Parts: sequence; C-alpha cells; structure tokens
Amino acid sequence: MARNNSWQEYQKDIADDKYFYVRSCIRQNFFPGSERVFLNILRNDLGLDVKEEAIHTSCTGIGYHSDIVPLETIMAVVARQFALMTEAGYENFISSCITSFGIYTEILETWHEFPETEERAREDLYKATGRVFNKPKNLAHTSDIIFHHREKIAQKAKFRLINSKTGEPLKVVDHIGCHYAKLFPKKGVGGSEFPYVIAGMVDSWGGDIIDYPERRHCCGFGFRNYLVKANRGSSVANSQKKFESMAPYKPDLIVGNCPGCSMFLDKWQYTIHEIEGVAYGENNRGIPTLTYEEMAGLVLGYNPWDMGMQMHQIDVEPLLDKMGVNYDPAEKYLGVNGEYIGRPEDASINTNCY
Amino acid sequence: MSWGYTINRARDIDMDRNDMTISKLILEKIPSLQGCIACGACVATCSTGALTKYSLRKVHTLVRRGEYSGLLDELNKCMLCGKCQLVCPRGINTRAVISLIKRELGDHR
Repeated sequence: MARNNSWQEYQKDIADDKYFYVRSCIRQNFFPGSERVFLNILRNDLGLDVKEEAIHTSCTGIGYHSDIVPLETIMAVVARQFALMTEAGYENFISSCITSFGIYTEILETWHEFPETEERAREDLYKATGRVFNKPKNLAHTSDIIFHHREKIAQKAKFRLINSKTGEPLKVVDHIGCHYAKLFPKKGVGGSEFPYVIAGMVDSWGGDIIDYPERRHCCGFGFRNYLVKANRGSSVANSQKKFESMAPYKPDLIVGNCPGCSMFLDKWQYTIHEIEGVAYGENNRGIPTLTYEEMAGLVLGYNPWDMGMQMHQIDVEPLLDKMGVNYDPAEKYLGVNGEYIGRPEDASINTNCY
Repeated sequence: MSWGYTINRARDIDMDRNDMTISKLILEKIPSLQGCIACGACVATCSTGALTKYSLRKVHTLVRRGEYSGLLDELNKCMLCGKCQLVCPRGINTRAVISLIKRELGDHR
C-alpha cells in the first residue's frame, strides 16, 4: 500500500485529447519521419485532435543553454508559443523535444515562483507582437502522450516487441534524457529515479526493459559539451560509458526520448567504432537506436522506410528481422515519389569489416 | 580520419576492472595496514615529500584501489628513513609496507 502511494507521487496528469503541438528544431534532420508518424498515430490511428501552427518557432532552448539567448528573450518566445495555442483555442500544450519540454516547464515554474517575470514576459510579448496568452492547462512531452495511449496502441498492434523467431521479448534500453525529469522530477512519468515513460510503452508492447547500471547517466549532449568541438571528447565519453554499461545485457535496441540523446546514441556508436574499432551490439555491429514514435510506428505496422529509418546511422534491418517486420530492401533509398535518393557508403559499424 | 578530438577517458574509479591482486596480498602480509586512517602524518613528516611531490598517503590510496601505474617510480623516491613510521598514530610499519609494495610491483633489488 505504501509502495502504491509512493508511486502515485511519480505520476503526472496527461490530457486525453485536444493537443497543441510544437516541433523540435533538430530532430527532423536525423529522424525525419518521427514527428509525422506521431501526428499520424494520434490523428489517424487514435482519432485524436492535434493542432499544429506553421508559424510557431524554435523555443531557442539550445541558444539559451549555450548562454547566447537571454532569459527574458526566451520567456517572450515561449509566451508567443502559448499565445498561438490560445489563439487556436487549445489548452493542452505538447512539445516534441525534451529540451523544449524542460524550457516550458522551467519557465512556467519561474512564472509561478516569481510572478513579476510573467508580467514582464506578457508585456514584452504584447509590445513586440500585440499578442496575449493563457498558460497551458496541461503541459506534456509527446512521449507522455504515446505513454498515455499505449494500451490503445497495443490493441491495434500488428507487431510486438518480441523476437518472432524465438518468441522471447526483445531487450530494450531506454534513455529518457536529462531535461525530461532531472530538472523537475515531478513533471516526468516516474521522475528521474524510476524512468517509466518509455519503459511503460515497452511493457505494454511486449518487450523487456533493461535496468542497466548507467541507465540514468547523461548521453553527453550537454549543449556546450557538444557545440564546442574541443569538448566533444567529453561528450562522446559519456555515451561510451553508457554503451559499455549496457553491452553485457545484449540489448536488441535503444529507444531515446530526447532528440539530442537519440542522435548521439545512434551516431556516437559510429564515431567510437571509427576511432577505437569497438562496437557494442551483436556480431561487432551497432545497436539499432529508435525514437519512441518509430517504435510505436513499427508496432502499428508502419513501413520503416516511410518513417525515415534509412536515415539512421546504425542499420535497423537486424531489428526489423527480429520483429518479423516485412520490408523491401530495394525501397530503402527511394524518396517520397519513388525517386532514387542515393545510397551512402557503408559504414564499417554496419558491415563489420573494420 | 581526423576528428579534431579524441574520446576522453572517464575519471571514475572502476573497482570492477581494477586488479586487486597485489592490493589483497599486501593486506594479507601486513594486516595492520587496514588500520590506516589516512591522517597524512606520514606525508607531513616525509623528507622526500618536502622536496618532491612524493606522497605515501597517495601511493597507499592508489594501491588499495588496485591502481598501480607509475607507483614504482614514485616509491623509488623514498629514502626509507623511517620518519613516517615514527609518527604513524596507528603504529603501521610503513617501511615494510613500502618495501613490500615495491617488491610486489616488480622491484627485487
């Protein structure tokens, strides 16, 4: 009983429907289909109302965390995003990026603790744009939304996170990202100690979550750690620490919650292999790294190439084969209209020919 | 390919990877070493330490962690004068400890 009561403290309220959606700045570059898959799942598979405004901007979080964008500026930018939501008649604000989610959470908390900063932001926004806004009734990250509807997705599942040949659950490593729950632990499902937002999806869809020692360790993005080239050795070392910690459990896939983390957990595997010749997956190859939307899309039977999974640094075919997903290898490098988009040179981590 | 950076090694102490063989052997042969409280009196009185960065407390800490790299060179700075043994509040035979560590690290002179 005490345990159940305690666990309640780690839950968060997530709205059921009518979402105002804002995108990530960077993830469409390396996981280009994830956001479209998210919208398709919510609108077409679950029949939910999601509004997106083409005129919304970056939250400027990367600039803020790099000491380029001042606090007053980012507050005005966030106020404008909320104004767009208010003008569209929505109250539930959902963000596709962990950095942005952390920014929105931090600013709402700041406005709560220091109301004069909210007044200043309202004034700045009005003077600059003539807009006014209501604060969101509910703020969530898009993984919270998938988590919230995970059982409905499970009911529609065409594939499960199960090895189709052996019948064993796939072993999944999750990474929720520091700004999801380390800034404000009560704003994330499970807090930062008991990350459950992705683990909950994996539980519902048949996989096994690996609780490996460095599960809560930072991926190394850290903004300044990565943006300054000379610091990237520190950045990659963080991801390497995680890979070394997870490798003994022989994970079948990594699922990232945060755009930057997913990118690094995918691409640093290539970097480490090129520099040191080390790989952490089966047969001295990489571990496929997915976003949670891609994982949900595979479960629902979406075509992996329509989801942009050919853009992954680590090939996803070994995972697709395990899940029993049907795919056409010839379609991998075809664009939207069936036009050949070119095949990049094979990376040694994908061919095991280092 | 030049990346413009290398992968930094983590500065954490990984006791699962460190080789504790010599560390355990030294404790077996000189059990009183378990009583060290790391007070640093040995370093404070050390004649070598007054002139170099030699520190018996540091050497001892590294040995107990199973980190032996470069220790033999450090210990070769010791003149075995025994002042550290005189001031040790736990009465540890520090000269014997130093000699034993050197021997186990391969110095049989």
